[in-house]
Amino acid sequence: MQRACDFEERRKHLAGLSDQELKDRFWELAQEIVKPLYELAYTHTSPSIERSVLLRMGFSSLEAQSIVSSAEKRGLLGKGAGNIVLTYARAKDIDYVPAGRELASGGGWDEITGVFGGERSS
Amino acid sequence: MKQDRACRDRGSGTPGNNRYVLSPDKKLDVGRILEGLENYRPRRFGWTWREKGPSRELGPFRYLETSAPLKQSMPLPAAKYFESIDPQPDCVVTTEIASGRFEDDLRRMRMAAWHGADHIMVIRTTGQSHIDGLLEGTPEGVGGIPITRKQVRATRKALDLIEDEVGRPINFHSYVSGVAGPEIAVMFAEEGVNGAHQDPQYNVLYRNVNMQRSFVDAAVAKRIMASFGILQIDGAHNANATARQAWKVMPELLVQHAINSAFSEMIGMDKESIALSSVPPTAPPAPALSYDLPYAVCLRWLFSDYKIRAQQNTRYIESDTREATVTHVLNLLVSRLTSADVQSTITPDEGRNVPWHYNNVAAVETAKQALLGMDGLQDMVEIKKEGSLPEKVRELAERAVLFLEEIKQEGYFDAVGQGFFVDSGQYPERNGDGIARDPNGGIAAGSIVKRDEDYLAPVCDHFGYNKLPEGTSRPCEMVQGCTFCRRDKIAYIDELDPEDNVGKRLEAFSHESGPGSIRPEVEWAGDGYVTLTVFIPEAEEIAEYASLEIAARMGLQEPEVIHKRVIHPSEGTLVELKGVVPFSVNRSTLKIPKKPKVLSEDEIRREVSEYPMKVVCGTVGEDEHSVGMREIIDIKHGGIEGFGIKAVYLGTSVPVEKMIDAAIEEDADAILVSTIISHADIHRKNMERLAQLCMEKGVRDRFILVGGGTQVTNNLALEAGLDAGFGRGTKGLHVASFLVEKRKALWAQGKGRKQGFHEN
Repeated sequence: MQRACDFEERRKHLAGLSDQELKDRFWELAQEIVKPLYELAYTHTSPSIERSVLLRMGFSSLEAQSIVSSAEKRGLLGKGAGNIVLTYARAKDIDYVPAGRELASGGGWDEITGVFGGERSS
Repeated sequence: MKQDRACRDRGSGTPGNNRYVLSPDKKLDVGRILEGLENYRPRRFGWTWREKGPSRELGPFRYLETSAPLKQSMPLPAAKYFESIDPQPDCVVTTEIASGRFEDDLRRMRMAAWHGADHIMVIRTTGQSHIDGLLEGTPEGVGGIPITRKQVRATRKALDLIEDEVGRPINFHSYVSGVAGPEIAVMFAEEGVNGAHQDPQYNVLYRNVNMQRSFVDAAVAKRIMASFGILQIDGAHNANATARQAWKVMPELLVQHAINSAFSEMIGMDKESIALSSVPPTAPPAPALSYDLPYAVCLRWLFSDYKIRAQQNTRYIESDTREATVTHVLNLLVSRLTSADVQSTITPDEGRNVPWHYNNVAAVETAKQALLGMDGLQDMVEIKKEGSLPEKVRELAERAVLFLEEIKQEGYFDAVGQGFFVDSGQYPERNGDGIARDPNGGIAAGSIVKRDEDYLAPVCDHFGYNKLPEGTSRPCEMVQGCTFCRRDKIAYIDELDPEDNVGKRLEAFSHESGPGSIRPEVEWAGDGYVTLTVFIPEAEEIAEYASLEIAARMGLQEPEVIHKRVIHPSEGTLVELKGVVPFSVNRSTLKIPKKPKVLSEDEIRREVSEYPMKVVCGTVGEDEHSVGMREIIDIKHGGIEGFGIKAVYLGTSVPVEKMIDAAIEEDADAILVSTIISHADIHRKNMERLAQLCMEKGVRDRFILVGGGTQVTNNLALEAGLDAGFGRGTKGLHVASFLVEKRKALWAQGKGRKQGFHEN
């Protein structure tokens, strides 16, 4: 977009504001702009977020990489990677750490997909 | 929203590694840092500000804007005139470290800390922001280091030792950006990193990471940072490092700061943990302050509850380190006038090469020197409330508000899509040359996923929708504690690459260098680089190639011009080059002259009281300088008079003949001549003439002849036929010691002034 400077024209509605009112307006606008971004973030996840969950559960970066990449391929990221590991552990009746390691080495994914009913997230 | 972490297993101390303590006379041992890293625990979490005092007495002065002095440090050069005080400004001082090898970074950090840095910002290797996941081990980087858990842990551990050595907490900082932000935030929180850059706008505009991914990831990363009190620095300053006319993006800078700050707060970050990265946008010959100051005042006003991280200008810095330093001092004036909380520094050689370590120190010293020099400025001058400055402040704020109005109307993603940002026109003018990014494009486009209704993340400090089972009191109880609550669960990977790692590099270095081997260095241990400064009395191009040939003939390998400055189109050009010396020298074969013996003050006084001593002194030649000589003589400067030696001072510009005649007449023990730096070697000739004339008059054996001056060395004086020479840094004690010892030796040979005959 190209536009000549029309500051004088454009600022007319701000001219009557006190400094404090101008500052308040600045912050109100900033908050309104980021509100939809906050909502997007609140309701969405990403591979990095899910790896960060697995790291916090005690998995290594290599294991986290593998689990999330498999979950992504099967459209299961929306369940949460930690949720997948816990669900598999329950299904196999084992601790979640060996369960996660098994998923990281490529095993158990058909079973997991079955448990989650083959749902696909978008 | 810093959460109460009292219930968490924060760990304490560094089990197994407490025994290693740094000693000022020993180099940092990287091997000791790497030992037992798997058991290291950070000693604290979150950011630490300097402890400010209302005012502080130091040496002969009172300061209004300092923090507690260090336990051990390197004061500014002029401190020797002021009781060697080393006051520390009240703001945190940053140095950016980017050598590419973390083992060398650690030594650089230690040097910078001794000069006053307490915020160490480690730059990441080129391209890490596009790596989807964590890196591990200690591979070498380009323009920075690959940020890995091992490097972070080793660095934090080294900084613990360094902060014990200097006596002040040191903040460690790197980047939570790119497409692995949440994972890096987790790792930083676990490893006790204290500050981080985090700004999704930076990813979008400068790294072309998909904007939806950037904001979704940023929210999770920010929540973790907030929980651990990690100071966040935003990325707005990159706009004025990128824009052609940096001062025109001022309204946009305010907008970028606001978007990241508002987003961070909404996620739960305290205002006091949000620092705005601000760079004065212009540099001389622009009338810099008339742009930079209103901008800084506007930022301080609009963001009054936040912290300001003042960065220095890089946009207009090229290879001239003098020009860079002056611009940076002007930046520091703006910082002082607007009370910056964190003062970042840019090395003066940034426009030449990857910053050299001594230039990290130079930049930190520039900040310390200027900030101390301006201590109390706001107690004497104030920003005007009327006139052009407040008018400019208001105009900037209005332009920023108008910019925000238009973004709100379009929506943030669409605004970025239309190239609203980094346009060279000052808003609302638009030149159509902004950075436009496709809201559905970029790196990692399409990689975010809506959280399902049964989405679950069984860990603490997790932002966003999370369907925890009913009755859950703490999210991580489902996994018997997450790593934020149980450190023992952190998975530590040592190395993945058997060749590209610190162990191999240290092995290779010790093999190449051998014991006692010394090579110069500027970037990495023993890299061999030296600089050469030459003035060539030719025009620029000829000067450049002539200097390269000179460097090559001097034996420098890989000579490269790092700076040129035309002094006059035909009269000549200043050229600075770097090159590698193709050899090392050995510590054991160095010929270091023995330091002259210094007697105790009591010994000298005893001797002089028993056998009185008289000296004739003055500045010879056409020289009106007397400061150096007076320092050596005067009792109040610790001069030789203080030991009872009688000094007959003849003044300045004394002819050499007169000195000798006076010495004969006074029956003196010694003649002390001071001579300054001179062209045509006058200082050497004067000393030679003194010795020569004494011989001619047959009194050479009778007098002790001493030369002094800034350019004088003992060897130079001996060559000129004198008995001793004293240069820069000499004290009366050194001269008195020498005179007493020399007279004893002469008397033992039956020379010198006749013993016991003195009309003192």
